[in-house]
Amino acid sequence: MKILVIEDDREAAEYLERAFAEAGHNVHVAGDGETGFALADSGEYDVMIVDRMLPRRDGLSLIAALRSRGNSTPVLILSALGEVDDRVTGLRAGGDDYLTKPYAFSELLARVEVLSRRASSREAETVYRAGDLELDRLSHTVRRAGRDITLQPREFRLLEYLMRHAGQVVTRTMLLENVWDYHFDPQTNVIDVHVSRLRGKIEKSFDSPILHTIRGAGYMLKAG
Amino acid sequence: MTDVRNALRLPAIMRTTAARLSALYFILFALCATLLVFYMTSLSARMLTAQSQETIDEEVQGLDRAYRQGGLPVLVRMMENRSRQPGANLYLIADPNGRILTGNVESLQPGVLETIGWTETPFSYQRYGESAERRNRGDSGSEQAPAVSETRHAAIALVSRLPNQMIVLVGRDLGEPERFRAVVRRALMFALGMMAIGGLLIWYFVGRRALKRIDSVSEASRRIMGGDLSGRLPITGAGDEFDRLSENLNTMLTRIAGLNDGLKQVSDNIAHDLKTPLTRLRNRAEAALAGDPAEAGYREALEATIAESDRLIKTFNAILMISRLEAGYSTEPLVKVDLAATIRDVVELYEPVAEERDVVLEADETAAAVIDGNRELIGQALSNIVDNAIKYSEDASGKPTVRVSIEKADGEVRVSVSDNGPGIPDEEDRQRATERFVRLEKSRSQPGSGLGLSLAKAIMKFHGGRLDLVPGSPGLAVVMAFPQAKGG
Repeated sequence: MKILVIEDDREAAEYLERAFAEAGHNVHVAGDGETGFALADSGEYDVMIVDRMLPRRDGLSLIAALRSRGNSTPVLILSALGEVDDRVTGLRAGGDDYLTKPYAFSELLARVEVLSRRASSREAETVYRAGDLELDRLSHTVRRAGRDITLQPREFRLLEYLMRHAGQVVTRTMLLENVWDYHFDPQTNVIDVHVSRLRGKIEKSFDSPILHTIRGAGYMLKAG
Repeated sequence: MTDVRNALRLPAIMRTTAARLSALYFILFALCATLLVFYMTSLSARMLTAQSQETIDEEVQGLDRAYRQGGLPVLVRMMENRSRQPGANLYLIADPNGRILTGNVESLQPGVLETIGWTETPFSYQRYGESAERRNRGDSGSEQAPAVSETRHAAIALVSRLPNQMIVLVGRDLGEPERFRAVVRRALMFALGMMAIGGLLIWYFVGRRALKRIDSVSEASRRIMGGDLSGRLPITGAGDEFDRLSENLNTMLTRIAGLNDGLKQVSDNIAHDLKTPLTRLRNRAEAALAGDPAEAGYREALEATIAESDRLIKTFNAILMISRLEAGYSTEPLVKVDLAATIRDVVELYEPVAEERDVVLEADETAAAVIDGNRELIGQALSNIVDNAIKYSEDASGKPTVRVSIEKADGEVRVSVSDNGPGIPDEEDRQRATERFVRLEKSRSQPGSGLGLSLAKAIMKFHGGRLDLVPGSPGLAVVMAFPQAKGG
């Protein structure tokens, strides 16, 4: 995956470059808004990570300019600000996701990987399959190995999100955002409890685990 | 130094807006008044001249009739009669060469008799007998020439020629329009003088007053700039624009002082409370280095370090958020938030946690209540409160129960989260519970940053509401009181 990082903090940019390279990704770094815009405009990137406050051209206007030129590369906005308002303005300017500094790299990596595959989105599919697990989005039914599994509405949405991003790491905050539509950090690990409950339903009395916990990062739904 | 000050005093007054305005108004008024007066005098002078001409015309017609009926002798007699009346017009008959034969004019400006018809410009003349009078009075020794010139007057006249080439002049003294003009000029000078004095007085009093007020405001601002943020600008109680300005500036200062205090408190708390986890972080890394150099040990230490850092980040985020909420910062307009739906969401979110801890979590959200707010923030506040309630209801004597309910009363919408745990019996403790980083003694064993309730309180304040801690029997009820939405 080719990632463009537009970040004026040299140290942070170098860290991101190294960390993404370790995760097997190719990173280009731009240190200011104008350079970033010129690189991004070539349109060869899978994902862009844009800092909000940049010299020469701020992040939001850069994104807006790219969008108006028909560039639809997924953008994750990094911000030292970070409140509900900032998130809303950031997403309104054309960003696809928003992460507040300081952040955990595992969180950033998970989000970037999910973003990069948004282009080949599974939105249109009506049935999600992972191994012997099957989720029908129209009839709201879940089956594993031909057996029906009864889920609560929220559990269904949780599984739906996990299956849409099957094979990818999803973090707890991503789940809270996408399944509950809240963006805060709960004090207790409420998400863990929800996931373990769901896991009980889709793994109990089946021989193979399918919903995996990724230490220090989140969860991944993966067959086999 | 004071001499310099005093020397600059007047120019300072001149530099005030009031002084400039007074001067400008004075000049404008004076200009207008002068123009008006000149226009009126020239108009009336022209009218008076026209009137004189009319009178002369009539006289000439009368004389003409007399001449035609009785010839020169009758004309001469008639003119002599008329010229003897007081305030008479000017009458003169001269021979074809311009030598004066009879009439009440002794001498004329040369050349007047040479043009027949109306004299084009007023001319000077001397009445018959006037020079003699002067000469008699002038015997006492004074010079003659100035005395003569003094008695010359301006007049206009109609000069006509009789069939026998004799010249007849009938004229009228212009003394009247001249006097009128003099009166107007005096009046104008007087009015302008009064205006100048009035302008100067207004200038002095208004300018000085304004200057004094501004000086006192500047003085107060200098004190405040000097670091005394508790200082305020003086308010005279006159309710004028200066008072309004001072009031607004004072409100601004109060806000700044409030923000400043908040900032100071936050930085103090950060310094104090983050020192502990940072030290722990450092010690753990140090212990890992000093200990068994096996990979498993490093791994464990690193994971613990990351977990500790995450907690620190969470705490930082919470502090930042509280500060921003208290600063009232928001660009996003408030929207309609369905509190019942928010309660359902949060209860649903926490239900598995409650169940895991064997706590009954129930919601009574039958009363629909929509308020103006920020769904995200309200959800966060409520989940913090529910989170707390679940933690602290565990020590309940009976079956631990947390109940979330909603009611409308006194123009407020109240969402209360009550538990049947030990509660906070002490009034003072209840007050302190919502302060930043305050973790009451009993809760030290529970995980948490000590910011949950402070954040909830800041969120309530942001919504114009309150967060109340009400002792229950048993337990504690945390009440989020929102002002009812406008029109709802």
